[in-house]
Amino acid sequence: MKTQFNRRGALARLGAVLAGVLALPVARTAKAAVQNFFTSSGAPKGYDPTEHKWLICLDATKCIGCGLCAEACKKENDVPQGPYYRTWVERYIITKPKPGSAETRGETLVDSPAGGMHGFPECPVPEDQIEQSFFVPKLCNLCEHPPCVQVCPVGATFKAPDGAVLIDKNYCIGCAFCVQACPYGARFLSPVTHTAEKCTLCYHRTTRGLKPACVEICPAEARIFGDLKNLQPDDPLRKFYESNRTQVLKPHLGTGPRVLYAGLDEEVR
Amino acid sequence: MTTGLTNTVAEAIPTFQGYVYPNEATLHPVWSTLIVIYPYITGLVAGAFIMASLVRVFNVKALAPVYRLSMLTAFAFLLCAPLPLLFHLGHPERNYEIMMTPHLTSPMAVFGFVYAWYLMAVLLLELWFDFRQDLVKWSEVTPGFQGVLYRALTLGVTDVSEQSVRLDMKMEWILSIVGIPSAFLLHGYVGFIFGSIKANPWWGNVLMPIMFILSAIVSGIALCVFNYLVLTWIRRKTVDMRCLDTMAMFLFYALVVDAVVETLDVLHRGFAAEEGFAVLQTMIREKLFYTLNLGQVIIGTLVPLLLLGSLQLLRRRVPELVRRRMIFGSGAMILIGVLAMRWNVVMGGQFFSKSLRGVMSYKMEFAGQEGWLISAVIMCLPFIILTVLVKLFLSERLPASEPGPHAAAMGQPH
Repeated sequence: MKTQFNRRGALARLGAVLAGVLALPVARTAKAAVQNFFTSSGAPKGYDPTEHKWLICLDATKCIGCGLCAEACKKENDVPQGPYYRTWVERYIITKPKPGSAETRGETLVDSPAGGMHGFPECPVPEDQIEQSFFVPKLCNLCEHPPCVQVCPVGATFKAPDGAVLIDKNYCIGCAFCVQACPYGARFLSPVTHTAEKCTLCYHRTTRGLKPACVEICPAEARIFGDLKNLQPDDPLRKFYESNRTQVLKPHLGTGPRVLYAGLDEEVR
Repeated sequence: MTTGLTNTVAEAIPTFQGYVYPNEATLHPVWSTLIVIYPYITGLVAGAFIMASLVRVFNVKALAPVYRLSMLTAFAFLLCAPLPLLFHLGHPERNYEIMMTPHLTSPMAVFGFVYAWYLMAVLLLELWFDFRQDLVKWSEVTPGFQGVLYRALTLGVTDVSEQSVRLDMKMEWILSIVGIPSAFLLHGYVGFIFGSIKANPWWGNVLMPIMFILSAIVSGIALCVFNYLVLTWIRRKTVDMRCLDTMAMFLFYALVVDAVVETLDVLHRGFAAEEGFAVLQTMIREKLFYTLNLGQVIIGTLVPLLLLGSLQLLRRRVPELVRRRMIFGSGAMILIGVLAMRWNVVMGGQFFSKSLRGVMSYKMEFAGQEGWLISAVIMCLPFIILTVLVKLFLSERLPASEPGPHAAAMGQPH
């Protein structure tokens, strides 16, 4: 049997393929519209993310390591029990150099038991051997160029125009690529939903004009939160970044964090 | 009982040395054995295909007896390549989203397309063009279900005139040429999945895709050697020594290039000694000591280099039986070594904290999503599929193929 080819048939098939390809973007737009309708970021109706730009500033010189922020975050956001944290506090203890070692400092010990949620145990180093000791609160760095968003295969995690990096948990496939890509260890795979989870800037609160739980509860005012697009003249945020020399974590990775620190040490990563 | 169990699980939490971020202090790394075998299987596909392309594109006639076997090997492994990825997902039922709403900056999303392209546009088409005229012939002489299957696989194109066969050959040639960069892309992208993670100094490395491609070629050729020798042994056929020696030669050359590039990588890391170098040293000296130094370097590289290299020099003086054993041994060792390399890359990147201040220990589980049982099952699957494919398409009972590049295909008398 010989195969029959004819021009009319071939053209018809080609036309069908082209029509299929052209229909794809339409179908995707329709799907996006449907998704928009059904999914929610937790923001109230009428909230316009393009009218805000959130920023968090952390003053490491003020943090007292009480860990209330980590605890408040767990409660507020129903973060799973176990080693899963959206925010945590690290304790740095830098010892004095050994006599005659010609060093400026000795060892650096870092710990964060249970994310610092219940405070910290007795200092393991005798007081007279400590050169410096301080606490550093950590959370999602709200990167301008978030590597976690870059690697998500389905686009379930995204950067909102207001600067929050969010995850659609109804869409996340749980591949954990973003967990690997985050340089700050700010993401984890939830054992409950089996999807990636992270700090949302308490989106359900901030979009209603409230502060994130960790900022609200901080007794030392080490966490400052504000909206760069709606700054008041006496905004603590403005005061913070005008009066401090700020730093970000791991600047060499080019992620452009929007969490600014004051009083960091070179040992903090 | 339940309390006792919970306590045991809690105690089984791995120990950490130094400081690790609180979110990293989990029971096991987020990527474990499944993600180790994922690049391993994909690499075997790419390597086996490139080995087959030597016949089709570079006209290495000595390798013709293993052409079809390598193509079927590539196909069997390609079918299983996405399985480890699929099983490790938190939500496997949402996997289609990778294809439906891909996020194109993600190497994992693009892998889906490269995979589909490679399976549909390269491998299946090339196999079809290669087998079509034989399928027509076999369908005429084979009774029962098998005959119907052969007929169905011709897709109704039963024209075996000289002109049509020539078109088949031409298409195969074109597909092979398209296939080589596609195979590179397939596995290069797997390397890119790791190489693009700048957060992790063990992974984030421009050489990563290149090392993945080279080790893939090495492992693919080694797999073809392994499969060819096992198949001839099962069928009690004589081994075509010219073919085997040629495979050993290409295996040796590929291994040399691979070893050189991997050494370059180590030298570069040592020389640059960037942030986190100390923790990487701990990996090599402690955490990955056996799998890296023994598995990857000695078993996977040095011993096969020595064996295959000496065969290149002394081929004529080594008796056939010894040669066969040396080549088989090298192939098997390379297969182990490349698996060790995948382990070292995937697990190595998760044995230290991204704070670069601490390391984690990991004890492999047996059952469950993170256990090695499921990985072992997935690893066996392509061999089972290959057995079925060989029985169907390389059967000794089928009439011989027409003269062509695969004139002396497996199972035919030489």
